[in-house]
Formats: sequence, structure tokens, C-alpha cells
Amino acid sequence: MMSDENGLSHRFEINGHDFSNAGRISTNIKAILQEIGIHSSIVVRTAIASYEAEMNVVMYAHRAVLTLNITPEKLHLKLEDEGPGIENIDLAMKEGFSTATDEMREMGFGAGMGLPNIKKNADKFEISSIPGKGTSIDITICLDKTEKK
Amino acid sequence: MPKKTKMTLKEIKELLQAEVIIGVDSLDLEIEFAGGSDLMSDVLAFGKPGILLLTGLSNAQSVRTANIIDAKAIVYVRGKKPDNTGIEEAREKGIPLLSTKYMMYTTCGLLFSHGLPGVGGLSSKK
Ligand SMILES: Nc1ncnc2c1ncn2[C@@H]1O[C@H](COP(=O)(O)OP(=O)(O)OP(=O)(O)O)[C@@H](O)[C@H]1O
Ligand SMILES: [Mg+2]
Repeated sequence: MMSDENGLSHRFEINGHDFSNAGRISTNIKAILQEIGIHSSIVVRTAIASYEAEMNVVMYAHRAVLTLNITPEKLHLKLEDEGPGIENIDLAMKEGFSTATDEMREMGFGAGMGLPNIKKNADKFEISSIPGKGTSIDITICLDKTEKK
Repeated sequence: MPKKTKMTLKEIKELLQAEVIIGVDSLDLEIEFAGGSDLMSDVLAFGKPGILLLTGLSNAQSVRTANIIDAKAIVYVRGKKPDNTGIEEAREKGIPLLSTKYMMYTTCGLLFSHGLPGVGGLSSKK
């Protein structure tokens, strides 16, 4: 954990294909946000966005670094992964589009709902990708208004 | 039969003839609505805090998903039970776990006809 004039920062590493631990980091993030007294509806929105993004790294990428930055105004999650990247982001953002394997579906994922749901829960959402290299996701959730969803 | 809109976990346990895996001390918890799916990304998209989650998915992700959305408890259908990791994590987070032999459709039907509504949107209200 780091602290400076830009707020508190936590850094996590996510391992691709590590299904048994998938979701632990977002569980951890949720606990951190609860501990510092963030409003529960914001905690849930952030936790959902983080969990969907974490699952995507586990399912599709090799590894990623997730940084959580907390300021008095907003929560910011940044995920940068090394992996196959996404060829067509518009398509990937469509509800129902998924390239998940049967194994992933048996684990309860692969409905093609993750990215749209991250966007829905975020106040600001940015995604960029370089095919063959990796994908970056930026999620911002504002703290000044408690209701958005 | 008078319709109720809330049920305690104990009433749910009895109605579903369920086994309590974790949470014998939480049976007086009041449940106001439920939702069922084996797909965690559906649960993450449509679930609401306080939901009673009905699922046939028994891996640790079922418990992690329930915790992420602030679900009140989980009922596993078709006699499923989570693995030890799932049970440990549920204990840690204080999420009661029940297991019923009924299949998903019957489990939902029993709860719904007892007056327990579904999650948001189209409700049982006439
Ligand atoms: N980090 C990533 N790296 C590479 N491809 C990705 C990544 N995240 C998403 N994708 C691609 O975008 C598709 C859509 O992702 P999305 O999260 O919306 O759905 P899903 O993961 O397939 O299913 P769900 O999220 O409902 O479990 C994925 O199937 C995959 O092809
Ligand atoms: Mg996904």
C-alpha cells in the first residue's frame, strides 16, 4: 500500500488461468473499501466491476497488474494485462458475446455479460487493447454521489 | 393460504427440507427476495444486495459471487454442496449455506408460491 497526495494506492497481481484463486483479489478489494467506510452501494458496484475484470484476466490473459487508487473524490481501478488482447472491442462489449470455453462455462462464467456489466457499474469506463500484447481497463467510480445505478 | 412476502431462513430450510451447511445460528435471518441462476455473470448483472441466491453451481466462485453482491445466503439446489474452500470462505464472510435436494425449478416454485418475490422488476404483485 502506498500513500501520497494522490490518495491511497493498492497494487495486486492477478495470475491468468489460476481458477482456484479467481475472485480473491476483488474479495480483498471489497473488504478494504468496507473497512474505510465507503457507502455500501458504491462498495458493491466497485466489487462487481473489479470481479468481472479479474475473472476476464484469469480466463483470457496471462497475467495482470491491478491498481486501486482511492481519493476523497473517487475510486479508480486500473487493470493492465499481458495476453492475447481483444481484436474487436465493440463486439466484445456486446451483451452475450463470449469466446469462453466449456470449462469456463462450467465455472459459471462465459455469458458475455462481464464487460457490459463493468461499464454499467462504472461512472467512467475506458478499455483499450493491442492484439497480441494485452488489454487495459480503466474504471472510475465517483464518491460524491452515492446513487447512480 | 395467506401470502407472505418475507421468510426466515428457518422457514425456507423447512419448506425446502434443506440441510444447513453453515449458519445454524443465522436461521432467524429474514429473506425478502430471491433469484436463481447457475451463471455467475447473470447473478452479478441482475442480483441485488440482500438476495437469497439459488444456484446449482457449487465451486468457490458461487460463494465469492454471493459475497461480492452482498447476498444474504445461498441455497444450493439438486443436492449440491460447495467444496471446502467455498465453505471456509462462507464461514469467514458469515454467509449461511443451505443445500436442498429439489431441482432449481421446484425450489423456485416452492419459494415463489409461498409468497417470496423474485429480484426487482417483474414481481409477483398483481
Ligand atoms: N482481458 C481480456 N483479454 C482478452 N480477451 C478478453 C479480455 N476480456 C474480455 N475478453 C474478450 O471479450 C469477450 C467478452 O468479455 P465479457 O467479460 O463481456 O464476457 P465473458 O467473459 O465471455 O463472459 P462473462 O463475463 O459473462 O462471464 C470475452 O469472451 C473475450 O473474448
Ligand atoms: Mg467476463
